[in-house]
Amino acid sequence: MAAVTADQKTQSTSGTAKAAGQAAGTAPDAADAARLAVFDAAVAADDRIEPRDWMPEAYRATLVRQMAQHAHSEIIGMQPEANWITRAPSLRRKAILMAKVQDEAGHGLYLYSAAETLGTSREELLDKLHAGRQRYSSIFNYPTLTWADVGAIGWLVDGAAITNQVPLCRCSYGPYARAMVRICKEESFHQRQGYELLLALSRGTEAQHAMAQDAVDRWWWPSLMMFGPPDDASSHSEQSMAWKIKRHSNDELRQRFVDICVPQAQALGLTLPDPDIRWNEERGQHDFGAIDWTEFHEVLKGNGPCNEQRITQRRRAHEEGAWVRDAAAAYAAKHTTPSIRTAQPAQHVEETA
Amino acid sequence: MSAALALGDDALVLSHRLGEWAGHAPVLEEEVALANIALDLLGQARVLLSLVGDEDELAYLREERSFRNLQLVEQPNGDFAHTIARQLYFSVYQHLLYERLAAGGGEFADLAAKAVKEIAYHRDHAEQWTLRLGDGTAESHERMQAGLEALWRFTGEMFQPVEGLDATGSGVDPEELEGAWLSAVTSTVERATLTLPTGPRTGAWAAGAGRQGLHTEPFGRMLAEMQHLHRSHPGASW
Repeated sequence: MAAVTADQKTQSTSGTAKAAGQAAGTAPDAADAARLAVFDAAVAADDRIEPRDWMPEAYRATLVRQMAQHAHSEIIGMQPEANWITRAPSLRRKAILMAKVQDEAGHGLYLYSAAETLGTSREELLDKLHAGRQRYSSIFNYPTLTWADVGAIGWLVDGAAITNQVPLCRCSYGPYARAMVRICKEESFHQRQGYELLLALSRGTEAQHAMAQDAVDRWWWPSLMMFGPPDDASSHSEQSMAWKIKRHSNDELRQRFVDICVPQAQALGLTLPDPDIRWNEERGQHDFGAIDWTEFHEVLKGNGPCNEQRITQRRRAHEEGAWVRDAAAAYAAKHTTPSIRTAQPAQHVEETA
Repeated sequence: MSAALALGDDALVLSHRLGEWAGHAPVLEEEVALANIALDLLGQARVLLSLVGDEDELAYLREERSFRNLQLVEQPNGDFAHTIARQLYFSVYQHLLYERLAAGGGEFADLAAKAVKEIAYHRDHAEQWTLRLGDGTAESHERMQAGLEALWRFTGEMFQPVEGLDATGSGVDPEELEGAWLSAVTSTVERATLTLPTGPRTGAWAAGAGRQGLHTEPFGRMLAEMQHLHRSHPGASW
């Protein structure tokens, strides 16, 4: 990123960049145009944009929105799976599930940290989540009704997430791309474990097989919806692809996912709940049935089966934990030397306690 | 091998209780920390139970009266201070016990040597939070004191003999740990500006406690939840 970092000291925000431009006697518009040209050239050259580089405000805002949504999804996504920790049917499965939920909290932490490089804070983002002003993935508004759902989430939901997220490892924003490299490794591991869980059920007793099939029937369509609206209805796609935040369209990724899942379902001995899935020789891809976008939009609007429950639990954990965070901050203030206290506002101290 | 069962049950049951925190912790770092401790304990439980028999049969098919864990570890989570008080009391005990087991050269020496590193972290986590809550705000101080008080009466059982522990060749008698435990807990509690509870530490009930398979009422419901799915599919593998 040499091209963009060259002038980084005066360009940490567009405000100071403008001020610098004015001080130098340059028209602000011309200065911005020059910085934009440097930014565009860096993106075109597949260089990484770093936190102190100049970037268009809309690029910054898009990244904050997407990374916050991604972080929130990790945190809310702990709930449907944690729902089965206390009922996991073997100690081995219980350990795997606990480790997975722990990883998700860790992914949330990476992603909030990455988002903070853009000038926001975890507190601010969590407040927006709790106020319903930022979203999380619609998939986590579906309930986990049986043990097999834990496997279906691993195989299908994590599978869809990986299909979406692997291209983000090459995203133009450096901190996001690096977080995704770490996250994708762990997600692939979770996905294999989910697949293996379903395989054990599918090859188990009749009741276990039926449980696995029922879970796949319920999670298949919501998983396809994880790729977002069809390309002709996706409002952010075009700009995100131009900025190389996104590398492929929603429909491309969805198609790739279907093509991956069809043979995996066969190997599992389970069927996908779509009578229209068939191989299309001409396209070299699978055709598949129409998605119920009405359901998708209802879930996004807050009318899915668990929207209320998920956000209520998240808010409650946060509110009931307030006294603990306050205690940590008060303790840190008492036991930190004054000079360090000035350098570290209480809100940051509490996070590292 | 009833000593392996007793120590394995301690780890299994406390791990389960900590697992209940997932998705409910006060801050993300604690989601990670509590799950991490729960996983360590579950790993210890699996090693210990496997010395006795099939880990899943032992965890999922025994009834309440056959569990040998301390009553302390089966206590419901309560608020965060209550959970931390339980962690403080237990992890200091477990740390002292496993240090001795590791040094004793008996049958548990190898597994204790591995576990003691994990437990040192659990103990540090509990002590650090005891300090923060005790010496934090007025509310956290009050809650931490309440947690210490509520669980105090379950702490005496830790120093009763563990059946079969002699036979492992470790030469550890839990009774001998009591002085070191009391002094470590007292020191942390005082540094945290809290007061060591003064109530009785042994149950008034002559029939015994967790090590004799006599548990508190919430334990049965905990097992019902833990065992339900496994018991609903007899003979199935997962």
